[in-house]
Amino acid sequence: MTTVLRPLSTLTTGAPHPATPVKIDVQGMNFYYGAKQALSDITISLNANVVTAFIGPSGCGKSTFLRTLNRMNDIIPGTRLEGRITIDGEDIYAPSTDVVGLRRRVGMVFQKSNPFPKSIFENIAYGLRINGLATSRSDMEGRIEESLKAAAIWDEVKDRLTESAQALSGGQQQRLCIARALAIQPEILLMDEPASALDPIATQRIEELIYELKSTYTIVIVTHNMQQAARVSDRTAFFWLGRLVESGPTATIFTNPAEKLTEDYVTGRFG
Amino acid sequence: MTRQTQRWVEWLIERALLLCAAGSVLITAGIIGALAFETVSFFREVPITEFLFGTVWTPLFYDAQFGVLPLVGGTILVSVIAMAVAMPAGLLSAIYLSEYAPPRVRRVVKPVMEILAGVPTIVFGYFALLFVTPLLQRVLPDLALFNALSPGLVMGIMILPLVSSLSEDALHAVPTGLREGAYALGATRMQAALRVVVPAAFSGISASFILAMSRAIGETMIVAIAAGQQPRLTANPLQPVETMTAYIVQVSMGDMPTGSIGYRTIFAVGTLLFLMTFVLNLISDWLRRRFREQYA
Repeated sequence: MTTVLRPLSTLTTGAPHPATPVKIDVQGMNFYYGAKQALSDITISLNANVVTAFIGPSGCGKSTFLRTLNRMNDIIPGTRLEGRITIDGEDIYAPSTDVVGLRRRVGMVFQKSNPFPKSIFENIAYGLRINGLATSRSDMEGRIEESLKAAAIWDEVKDRLTESAQALSGGQQQRLCIARALAIQPEILLMDEPASALDPIATQRIEELIYELKSTYTIVIVTHNMQQAARVSDRTAFFWLGRLVESGPTATIFTNPAEKLTEDYVTGRFG
Repeated sequence: MTRQTQRWVEWLIERALLLCAAGSVLITAGIIGALAFETVSFFREVPITEFLFGTVWTPLFYDAQFGVLPLVGGTILVSVIAMAVAMPAGLLSAIYLSEYAPPRVRRVVKPVMEILAGVPTIVFGYFALLFVTPLLQRVLPDLALFNALSPGLVMGIMILPLVSSLSEDALHAVPTGLREGAYALGATRMQAALRVVVPAAFSGISASFILAMSRAIGETMIVAIAAGQQPRLTANPLQPVETMTAYIVQVSMGDMPTGSIGYRTIFAVGTLLFLMTFVLNLISDWLRRRFREQYA
């Protein structure tokens, strides 16, 4: 990162501990790819309307953890989870869980932007249609405009909604994917390194967007970039070798962490 | 071996390999040349417009007429029936294999289905004539012994593995990220498969359809055995028809004197057949290349 958009010294982290209710609660969770254990004994609570950043070196399990929260790992054969994850007190790994319904509530933005090979309009319309959210053509158009505006891309695409989404730039594609996720009105937004493939300007736009979305959504963001974690998140969790080393208010994690390992990582001594 | 002999052997091998490669190209060129030569001689005697637009094909009669449309019509009729079987069944089985089947099932079913493609076509031909036609006649009493329907259906089964296998390759090549994007929006497996993965693989799937169509048009034994030898311009699949390939077989097996106009008809029909399948293959190739570029 060459552009530091906001210096670390001016962290705006709000209250030291958020006063919002717990949205996601994880208790003693272990996760396996076949015989290989990827996450060990994770226990953490994430509060509503708070941005939580997961940081840690490559392969530490932060993305895997993110993907357990909407059961996206289910589509990988041979994966297994132990422990308990609840959202609003509901066990999302209970046998009775409606996985499709869960994913509707827990939206996701991926590391590599993945617009469908359809028009910009159809990219957003897809989620609305499969979930039966639009009552009419004008309702559909209204919702599409609203979500494109929420993802701060409306002005750039409003005159070319019928063009292919794949003609957009990388940063625009990623904001379209965010708009697509927002259109179905999830409660939680998972973001897996959403800006890792983007240039500094596009990254800044995504970060500003996260800041704005916080009032409506509970956001969990995985990032490689510590300045980014510091800039966008209220709370930070540091992972190392499949373990949660420590979590807390972002300011504390970056300036006064309890663990030596965390301090070494955030000060760039390894990773 | 000395360095000198080694180099000489190397030179010899290189030349031998070049000769082999050049040989197959030259032979192909020779075949096309022979086809073109006889076709040109044919069109010296028969105007090309009569050949292409005439609706009566009686080249062996005293009052010979050379309208190729009945043969083209018979070919298309049988091929369309075959495609009506192979496209939906092939695509559905490809969707099952790519999106639903556990990897273990896929590993077994795919090669087994490809074995179907290795059954000699003459077996399919007798299967159509001696098994499928009598079976169909129980339901359709009007069905002639030789007809377009039965070989069409059997040909559909024959090209089904081609459609299924190539479509499955196309579906499989669609990036996982697109599926995950759909699932993340609350899509069911079917909503992801039908509305995201299949459209994303569209050009690859159409390439498989067109290649299968080309195979159906060029297929010979099934129709020669089970479709009949009556050139007839009809859309009724219950009647006997003659396809272009079946006509070529009929004349080649007969005692047509070399150099006669009847003899030259098979080259004219052969050239037309070659052009039809060649164009379809080009389209299929172009679609496949476009598909590959999309997800390179």
